[in-house]
Amino acid sequence: MSIANTAHSVVEPSPNTRRLAGSLVVLYAVITMIPLVWIVLTSVKSPDDAISYPPKVFFTPSLEGFCNLFTTRSRQTPEFIRTLGPPQGTCDEIARSRNMVVAGPSNYVPRFVNSLIIAFGSTVLAVALGTLSAYGFSRFRVPLKDDLLFFILSTRMMPPIAVAIPIYLMYRTIGLSDTRLGMILLYTSVNVSLAVWLLKGFIDEIPREYEEAAMIDGYTRFQAFVKVVLPQATTGIAATAIFCLIFAWNEYAFAVLLTSGNAQTAPPFIPIIIGEGGQDWPAVAAGTTLFLVPIVLFTVLLRKHLLRGITFGAVRK
Amino acid sequence: MNDLSASSRITYGAVPVQAAVVRRIRGLSDKVLAWLFITPTIVLLLAINIFPLVWTIYLSFTNYRANRANAPVKWLGIDWYQTILTDPDIWAAMQVTAHFVFWTVVIETVIGFGLAFLIDKKFRGHGMWTTIILLPMMLSPAVVGNFWTFLYQPQIGLFNYVVGFLTGRSASSFQMLGDVTLSPWAIVIVDAWMWTPYVMLICLAGLRSIPDYIYEAAEVDRASKWRQFWSITLPMALPFIMLAVLFRGIENFKMFDMVNLLTGGGPGSTTEVASITLKRAAFESWRTGYSSAFAIILFVTVFGLANIYVKALNRVKSR
Repeated sequence: MSIANTAHSVVEPSPNTRRLAGSLVVLYAVITMIPLVWIVLTSVKSPDDAISYPPKVFFTPSLEGFCNLFTTRSRQTPEFIRTLGPPQGTCDEIARSRNMVVAGPSNYVPRFVNSLIIAFGSTVLAVALGTLSAYGFSRFRVPLKDDLLFFILSTRMMPPIAVAIPIYLMYRTIGLSDTRLGMILLYTSVNVSLAVWLLKGFIDEIPREYEEAAMIDGYTRFQAFVKVVLPQATTGIAATAIFCLIFAWNEYAFAVLLTSGNAQTAPPFIPIIIGEGGQDWPAVAAGTTLFLVPIVLFTVLLRKHLLRGITFGAVRK
Repeated sequence: MNDLSASSRITYGAVPVQAAVVRRIRGLSDKVLAWLFITPTIVLLLAINIFPLVWTIYLSFTNYRANRANAPVKWLGIDWYQTILTDPDIWAAMQVTAHFVFWTVVIETVIGFGLAFLIDKKFRGHGMWTTIILLPMMLSPAVVGNFWTFLYQPQIGLFNYVVGFLTGRSASSFQMLGDVTLSPWAIVIVDAWMWTPYVMLICLAGLRSIPDYIYEAAEVDRASKWRQFWSITLPMALPFIMLAVLFRGIENFKMFDMVNLLTGGGPGSTTEVASITLKRAAFESWRTGYSSAFAIILFVTVFGLANIYVKALNRVKSR
């Protein structure tokens, strides 16, 4: 963690206290990890192993979950299947053992791609707009500055469902419903408040003297912003971008209400992966696992910046 | 005034002059630039946040239905508001929401602060374990909430199996999602699993912000560890704890995604939090006017409570 380690003197915890504290934390961490480990394990189980009683920890791995995630299958008679040639790859082989053939690709990949495009698109926009506004609020005299900032923050207090009704009507009228552009604009507007608050905190900490000096050397205000302030704010911009990305990546309420096919992202799609007789748990787990990988990597890489993003910039250390 | 007009004629860079004057001569003026920098954000928020909000306010006074866009719209005044405030279902939903917010915030704060307190002891490897604990809150509540329905399956679910194993009951004897007394706890458990690390992180920042010399002084005064905790640690970390409570409170008041996928508000309406009621009214029975009025009532409630709370928080901070 980035929080400064201050050297304890007389207040050092004793080795025993440390060991006890450590073992309690490790216990909690292990318990908290069980559901996540279970998701990954279930993704490589056969459907029978996934729903066995008692739950299986040791099993023969199977690719069926991933196959069912990426393909659609149709049921055929064994006679018909015998008339076909050799199976087309592993997934077809697994399908044929269940009297099915692979009919085509599933919608998972397009949904995943939508998630990528919408998350990255809205992040770039929100960070760009947020950086400009944050600089404006930080450096210029803006009339009603505090009111505007609070207004920007208060846009986050509305339940998403409440905003979804008029947005649904508005998008239907102007032709943005179920489009990627519509979702990008929507997520940008949700994220921009976080971006402004966070980046204002970061830019406030860059001494004004740098810009003043640059301007005395002949830069215009805008050049000073681009060449002096932006390089100094890189860390803050990166941290902010990651928070915007996580929100857009994980968002469900707007996605489920405002998209139906064309622009649907992965979160509304994964829960409706249906197998025979209910949810196809290995396939759902496979879809979930792939969806979680980028975020887990992010978390490990940027744990130093987590705190500020989480608290809207309220906690500075 | 005279020296101003004199300095505006100077050649650039010859003498260090007031930056403000220099700015007025070259490039875009600050006024124009401020306007250019801030306007796009405000325009976007007006278009996608404020305009819909105003529209919602308008719709809440009408009998408009989104699935019959061409029907004539009738102005009803405050009828919906009266209907909602006297509707027992709405009060039930608010009660479910209040219970949900209360229990999640209490549990997350107690466990979160406890974990932060332990991590602050800086045992070996605390950085790695902290990162592991943080993982659940980075994940999509919808996607992970959906998977919890699998863990909660009566016969085959891991949760039921483990609880059954520990309590000696059979794993199929209780239904976390299908039982009216257990289902509210099922959503509290998942929320606590996801968001306790969030509270922990904020509390950790609070604990790390307490300077060591205070504890050293307490040691010199022979104050017991117990006394130090009650007189130093807790009061100084309190603003941070309150901040965590505020953020979790607002978020859980709006809770939708996880509950929608875990229980959908069921069984019956035992886990029907406000957002689920809103979704049912808006997108299932298409009572747009009614749901808009409820949305406004919710927004005003959150806004009002948050404001009162922030005032209290500032009082604690300034102590």
